[in-house]
Amino acid sequence: MVKFRLEQASAPLWFRPLIPLIALPVTFLLTTLLVLWAGADPLKAYYHFLIAPLSSRVSLIEVLVKSTPLLLTGASVAFAFSAGYWNIGAEGQLYAGALAGAWLGMVLGDVSPVAGIPLMIVGGFLAGMVWALGPALLKTRLNVDEVVTTLLLNSVILFIVSYLLNGPWRSPASMWPQSPEIAQGTHFFRLLPRARLHFGFVVGLAVIVLEWFVLQRTTLGLRMRAVGLGKKAARFAGLNVNRTMLTAALISGGIAGLAGVGEVAGIHFHLIESISDGLGYSGIIIATLGGLHPFGVGLAAFFIGLIDTGAQSLSRALGVPVYLGTVVQAILLLVTLSLFVLQNYRLRRA
Amino acid sequence: MFTVQMLGIVKRFGDRVANDGIDFELKMGEIHALLGENGAGKTTLMRILYGLYTPDGGEILIGGNPVKIHSPRDAIRAGIGMVTQHFTLVPTLTVAENITLGEGGVLVDLRQIKARVEALSERLGIPVKAGARVGQLSVGEQQRVEILKALARDARVLILDEPTAVLAPQEVQALFEVLGRLRCEGISVIFISHKLHEVMTVCDRVTVLRDGRAVGTVEKARTTPSELARMMVGRESFGVHRQGERLPTGALLRVEGLNVRSRNGSVGLHHLSFEVQAGEVLGVAGVSGNGQVELGEVLSGMLRPDAGRIWVGTQEVTRASPAALIRAGVGRIPEDRHASLVGELSVADNLVLDQLEHFSRQGALDRSAIRRNAERLIAEFQIKALPETPVRALSGGNMQKVLLARSLSRNPLVVIASQPTRGLDVGATDYVRGRLLEQRARGAAVLLISEDLDEIFALADRIAVLFAGKLMGIVYTREATVEQVGLMMAGAPLERSSIKEVARG
Repeated sequence: MVKFRLEQASAPLWFRPLIPLIALPVTFLLTTLLVLWAGADPLKAYYHFLIAPLSSRVSLIEVLVKSTPLLLTGASVAFAFSAGYWNIGAEGQLYAGALAGAWLGMVLGDVSPVAGIPLMIVGGFLAGMVWALGPALLKTRLNVDEVVTTLLLNSVILFIVSYLLNGPWRSPASMWPQSPEIAQGTHFFRLLPRARLHFGFVVGLAVIVLEWFVLQRTTLGLRMRAVGLGKKAARFAGLNVNRTMLTAALISGGIAGLAGVGEVAGIHFHLIESISDGLGYSGIIIATLGGLHPFGVGLAAFFIGLIDTGAQSLSRALGVPVYLGTVVQAILLLVTLSLFVLQNYRLRRA
Repeated sequence: MFTVQMLGIVKRFGDRVANDGIDFELKMGEIHALLGENGAGKTTLMRILYGLYTPDGGEILIGGNPVKIHSPRDAIRAGIGMVTQHFTLVPTLTVAENITLGEGGVLVDLRQIKARVEALSERLGIPVKAGARVGQLSVGEQQRVEILKALARDARVLILDEPTAVLAPQEVQALFEVLGRLRCEGISVIFISHKLHEVMTVCDRVTVLRDGRAVGTVEKARTTPSELARMMVGRESFGVHRQGERLPTGALLRVEGLNVRSRNGSVGLHHLSFEVQAGEVLGVAGVSGNGQVELGEVLSGMLRPDAGRIWVGTQEVTRASPAALIRAGVGRIPEDRHASLVGELSVADNLVLDQLEHFSRQGALDRSAIRRNAERLIAEFQIKALPETPVRALSGGNMQKVLLARSLSRNPLVVIASQPTRGLDVGATDYVRGRLLEQRARGAAVLLISEDLDEIFALADRIAVLFAGKLMGIVYTREATVEQVGLMMAGAPLERSSIKEVARG
C-alpha cells in the first residue's frame, strides 16, 4: 500500500490569489445535493450565484456597492492585526462612525458639501477611534485581552444605537426606529448616474492605498509589522511595543468608523439598527483572506461583495429560500479558508 | 550485564544532529545520571528509548537482545517507564484510577484497584494516597503517582526527565529517598539533569552529553563536581585568544547590589556587584540555570531588577528600557537569537530596527539608505544573505552575525554578550569570538556570559562565577585554574576553593 504523509511546505506566492477560484468548484460539488433538495437546477443556481452578478451593469455596480464598507472594515482589521492587536471590534467601531455621521447630519443643517463631506469623514474616523480607545488602553496598560473587550463593546454600542433610535432620535416623520434624514450637504455624492455607488467607494480605495504606503513605506508601518511578527524581538530592538499597538488600534478603529459613515451618508441617509449586520465581522474574514496585505484585502473585499450579491441573486432568480444562498456563501468561505491552511502543506509519498 | 544498551544512536531534526552516535549503557539496579547542558541531547536520547522518537541510526539492546521500540507501548512491554516534566495524570480521577488507567479491560472494580495500588505503594515504599483525587495533590505527590504508574506496569527501568525541576527542596529530598528504595528493588533509574549537586548526591554513575555526543561515563565515587562541570561545558578551543594584558582604565559598566527575585523556578539574582573596565572582557562562568539568563536580560533592558543600580560610564541605567540602553551605548548580543530577530522581516529591516530614526525622513522610511546600510554590514560582517532575505531563512551563525552587525557597528561603550557561540559551528564560533576581542581592543567593556569554560578562559581577562544567582567570586584568568573555577561553579565560594587549591598543591 502506498502511504502518504503531510509535509510543511508553502505554496508559491502567486498561488494565493487563485485559491478562491479553486474553492468554487469544490463548493459547488459540496452543495449540489443541497441545491437539488431545494428543488433548483444546480447549474442555473451557480450561474446566478457567480456569473449573473458580473454580467449586467446594474448588478456589477451593486457588487461594488456591497464591497465599499467591506474594503474599509477589511482594511481596519488588517491594520490592527498587522501589529498583533486582535481587534474584533470593527463592527462596534463601524456603528460608532455611523452614529457620529447621523449626529453630524442632524446638527449641520444647510452645510455645503465642500465642508459637510470632510466633516463627516473626520467625525466618523474620530468616533471609531474613541470606541477603540478603551480596549486599546486596557490592553497596553493592563494587558487585558483585547479580543474579549473589543468583542463585548460591539454589543454595548448596539444597545446605545437601539436606545437612541427608539428614544431621542426617533424620526418624527416615521414610526420606524430610525434617525431623521441627514442634511443634504452631508450626503456622499454618487459616482455614476442611476446607481447607488457613492463617494465612500473612493474613500475605501484611498484607504487601501494609504494603508499599503503606511505599512510598507513608513517607520510606523515597519514598527507595527515588527511588533506583530515578533513582539519580543521588537522590544529587544528598543521599540515601544505598547505605543505601537495603541496607535495601530486607534487607526484601525478610525478606519472602521469610516465604513459606518459611508453607509449612513452614501446609502441610507439616516441611522438604522441593522446598518451593519456583520460588516465588521466580515472584515476579519477579509483581512485573513487577504493575508493582511492591503491589496489582498481589496481583492478579498470584492470577492465577498460578489458572493454576497450572488447569494441574493440566487434566491431571487430561482425562488429558493434566501438561506440557501447564505449556506452556499458560508460553505464557499469555509472551503476558501481551508485551502488557505492547506496550501502550507504538501502531500508526499512516505 | 547491562539492562539497557543503546549503541551508536543517531537522531537528526532537519539539519540539526541532536544525537550523534551516542553509546549509553545502564546496569541493573543503578541510578544513572544523564548530565548535560540544555540542548545537549539528553531528552532526545531518552525519548528514543521510550519510543517517542524513531532513531535514524543505532541499536537498542535490552537484556542483551536487540529490540525495536516504535512506540511507548513497545517500551512499556520491554519494561521501560518514563516520567516526563509534564505529568500525564487526569486531575479529576483518584490516584488508584490514574495508576490503572492504561490497563484495558472492560469492567473496573474500584475497591480492588485501590487495594492493589495500596499494596504496590507499600511494597515499593512509595507513599501515595490511593483514594485521593490527583488534582488535590501537591506536585511532589503527583510525581510519585507518575512513578508508581510506571512501576505498576512492571517497569524495570525508570526514566525521569529533570524530575527536580518542578519540586521544592524538601520534595527533592523525598524523591531521592524513593529512588534509593527503587535501587534496592533492583530497578534501574535514568536521571536526566543539568544540576551537578543533585547528580553527585543521588547517582551511582554519570554519563555526560555535550552537543549531541557522549563525552564519557564516570563513576560518582571517582569524579568531582568540577570534573563533571568541565565535561559538560568544555568545548574544543579554536585558537582565538585574547592577546596581552590591559591596564584598567576606568569602569565602563558598574553593577551594584543587583537583585532579581526568583520566580517560576528561576534562581533569580542575589546582591550582585561587579565592574567591567574599558578594554576588558569579564567572563561570567557557571553551569546553566544559575542566573545567567536573568543577568543577561537585566543588562539588556528586558527584565527590570527588583533592587540594585547599574551605570554605563557615568550614566545610571538601572531601570532603563532597551531603547535607553542602546542610546547609552550598550551593544547587546542576546542569548535567544531566534526570538531577538523578527524572522519574517528581511535582513535589511532587522538591521535598522533599533535605529529607525536614522533611516527615515518625516516618518517615511529611507529605503535606499536601509539597503545601503544592509549591503555595507553584510559585506563587513560576512553575512551569507541578501538584504531582502527573510531572517528566518538564515543559519544560526548568520543570524548571530546580523545581531553582531546591528549592535557592534555603532561602536558601543559596553557589550553584553550572552552565550554568543552556543549552537554555532567552529567557523562561526571563531568569528564571533574574534569580533568580541576586537571590541576589547577598541576599548569597549565586554561582559561575556558563557557556559563554555574554554571560551571564558580564552577570551576573558577576569572570570566571575555565578552559582544559584550569587557571585562566588571574581578571579584573574592568568592566575586562575580550571579546577578552581570548576569548584566555584559547583558552589564553593572563592576563599574556600583557593584554600583547597593551596592544600592540594
